[in-house]
Amino acid sequence: MIVSELGQYIQDKIVAKFGEGTSKLEIHYDFPVLIVSKSLVYDLLDFLKNDESLAFNYLTTMCGAHYPNAHTEMEFGLMYQLHNFENNNRVRIKVFMPKSDLNMKSMTPLWPAANWMEREAYDFYGFIFSGHPNLKRILNMDDMNYHPMRKEYPLEDATRHDKEDKYFGR
Amino acid sequence: MKKNIDINAAYKPDGIEGEGYFLTTLDKVVGLGRKNSLWPLPFATSCCGIEFMATMAAGYDLSRFGSERLSFSPRQADLLMVMGTISKKMGPILRQVYEQMAEPKWVLSVGACACSGGIFDSYSVLQGIDRVIPVDVYVPGCPPRPEQIIEGFMKIQHLVETESLRRRESEEYKKLLGTYGIQ
Repeated sequence: MIVSELGQYIQDKIVAKFGEGTSKLEIHYDFPVLIVSKSLVYDLLDFLKNDESLAFNYLTTMCGAHYPNAHTEMEFGLMYQLHNFENNNRVRIKVFMPKSDLNMKSMTPLWPAANWMEREAYDFYGFIFSGHPNLKRILNMDDMNYHPMRKEYPLEDATRHDKEDKYFGR
Repeated sequence: MKKNIDINAAYKPDGIEGEGYFLTTLDKVVGLGRKNSLWPLPFATSCCGIEFMATMAAGYDLSRFGSERLSFSPRQADLLMVMGTISKKMGPILRQVYEQMAEPKWVLSVGACACSGGIFDSYSVLQGIDRVIPVDVYVPGCPPRPEQIIEGFMKIQHLVETESLRRRESEEYKKLLGTYGIQ
């Protein structure tokens, strides 16, 4: 099945199940991408996993993202990439949310693999995954008091006192 | 075939010499012994560790300097060789390793990352190991060649050889450790 056909097939299944306007299909390179509304994500991923004809049994990866220049309602995003081992089909699900509401339902009941990935998204962006069994920092120090991959923080280490701007032409 | 090859294993310290006796000071003898039998603990986290492997291997052969016996336990090590990027999360571990070493102990910081954070001026990387433990000798380079590591090691040897036996009990030394919150 070619990518655009696969994307349209998944889109049609979702429309039949959840109704019109619940997901937007895009083709990015050779990948079908579905942009869905936040309230629907868990049920939709549950459907993609458990529907017999879709059967996306494997969560390849998931991650967070921050777009500081985007519309406030679209500032933060989460991406889920699914894989069907049987047919070797892949699909990507995107969901966007404002900074004021970074809560998301944990996908650990569907795929245990989501456990560490959600911890990473929490660690670097501050997403709160409700229902996660162990939501704590995974890569950074436990006493770090911010979420460093948010683009509101400088990348450079804040404890350096020897870097004067004049040496760097700024 | 040449006989009686003059092997200079270690330089003899200054002293008074006569038939059947040799007089010198205790710290010179102890310094001589310590200098030529340092047990390094390699704390290698990245590419500088690969250079250290070359330093230990036959081509450069650090055992010529009396330290072929690497200690992988900090409790028996004299010299902590930190080679590579130390992340902030690794900082407390490095510090614990240092605290577990018995006195007298020395620290060699190898490479730009261990000395200053190097190119990794980032939220996750410790900007030089001297923020958590005291360092005796810094070896710059990214990564330094084995010759440089050996030179740094020889500088450590010089410190070891000339160190006063009372230095570790001195107020100055305790104050130094105090600035790192150790003891």
